[in-house]
Amino acid sequence: MLKKRIIPCLDVDRGRVVKGVNFVDLIDAGDPVEQAKIYNSEGADELCFLDITASSDDRETLFEVVKKTAENCFIPLTVGGGVRTIDDISRLLHHGADKVSINTAAVENIDLVAKAAKKYGSSTIVIAVDAKKNGDKSWNIFTHGGRKPTDIDALEYCIEVANLGAGEILLTSMDRDGTKIGFDNELLSTVSSSIDIPVIASGGVGNLEHFVEGVLKGGASALLAASIFHFGEYSIKDVKTYLAEQNIAVRI
Amino acid sequence: MKLVIINYGSGNLHSVNKAFEAVNNNLENPYEIIVTNTPSEILNADKLVLPGVGAFQDCKNAIHKIDGLFESLEQVVIGEKKAFMGICVGMQLLAEKSLEFGECEGFGWIPGEVIKIEAPADYKIPHMGWNEVTFRNHELLNNISQNTDFYFVHSYYFRTQKNENCIATTKYPNPITAAVLKENIYGTQFHPEKSHNNGKQIITNFLEWEPS
Repeated sequence: MLKKRIIPCLDVDRGRVVKGVNFVDLIDAGDPVEQAKIYNSEGADELCFLDITASSDDRETLFEVVKKTAENCFIPLTVGGGVRTIDDISRLLHHGADKVSINTAAVENIDLVAKAAKKYGSSTIVIAVDAKKNGDKSWNIFTHGGRKPTDIDALEYCIEVANLGAGEILLTSMDRDGTKIGFDNELLSTVSSSIDIPVIASGGVGNLEHFVEGVLKGGASALLAASIFHFGEYSIKDVKTYLAEQNIAVRI
Repeated sequence: MKLVIINYGSGNLHSVNKAFEAVNNNLENPYEIIVTNTPSEILNADKLVLPGVGAFQDCKNAIHKIDGLFESLEQVVIGEKKAFMGICVGMQLLAEKSLEFGECEGFGWIPGEVIKIEAPADYKIPHMGWNEVTFRNHELLNNISQNTDFYFVHSYYFRTQKNENCIATTKYPNPITAAVLKENIYGTQFHPEKSHNNGKQIITNFLEWEPS
């Protein structure tokens, strides 16, 4: 049976982890490669880096991080943040990313989705969607790291990018992000039941039960979390053990 | 001994190369790993690896665009029967044809065709993530337990014409070919380079394999 994936996400700024946990054995808690190695050995199913480096001059640091991670962690690595062109995608893949997640650039230039999927394969292209509720079963998407509102309907957008060849949707609830009150399962299930491609749940997870709900109520294929892992509240193993106890298939 | 990883611009080339290097460094007699698309180097290979992600036709076209690449591969693999491993689309290319985006001819080294995964409506396509693999006993699967999880990403799969060429399967929920084998020609649908320690074991087995 296909397993539900647990994906820790690291925010990286100029090559350094922004919110890293002080793992006991960690030589350098700010080093994304060291953090990635720990998640890798703990049984993470994939890794995700979100580059929040503001200046494009400092982007080179990210490539080095991706390269070193790929040399040490033999699980899929998704990298997003500031991906705007085919050339950006190409450089990330060349440095060892397995998938690239695109957010703002896909909204501003929807052709990029089809072009990227055709060039590198659907499975390589993750479309990151930041969605905020604006009514009953209705969500709008935001761009620029959640700073800029749009009048684009989240569900319609997800259907469109899926049709254009996106391989996965990384769906973040802006209402839930950082709240620790659980995923927006209504958003997840609305999108997940309307498209064929996998949906990664993101935003709001605060305890083990939330992971279960993301699968059972949200219909997510994968569950992404940041702070719950970084601050050491739960390990990847804790999450997987709990999911397995609830009869959800995970890779142990 | 030379292991050649074929470089035709495939997106997972770097990952494949790094995983093979990591495994190779632990071997008693490591290979010289060469990433290349030069026919003369391919002709000197003792073992070959063909990565691949993306669409079948794009991969095939990319290979044929490089002068003499396919011909040198054919000579080493079919003529001299050197050990060959295809990964993902690199494995699917071994088929006679693919039905992805219209019909497209493959290498035709293993009888069968590449067809769309048929699954109930509530099954997501692509088949993406870790799934259990069952297999027939073979040295290429040494030190792997039945039902071990490997990482898959694909929407099409290789339906071999002969059962004997399908040595491993996964279920989604119908059986899907996970690995093919015909004499010296081997391929995995899953990504050993992304399947953590069990993936490394698969690579080790290939590096140690001496097809008879």
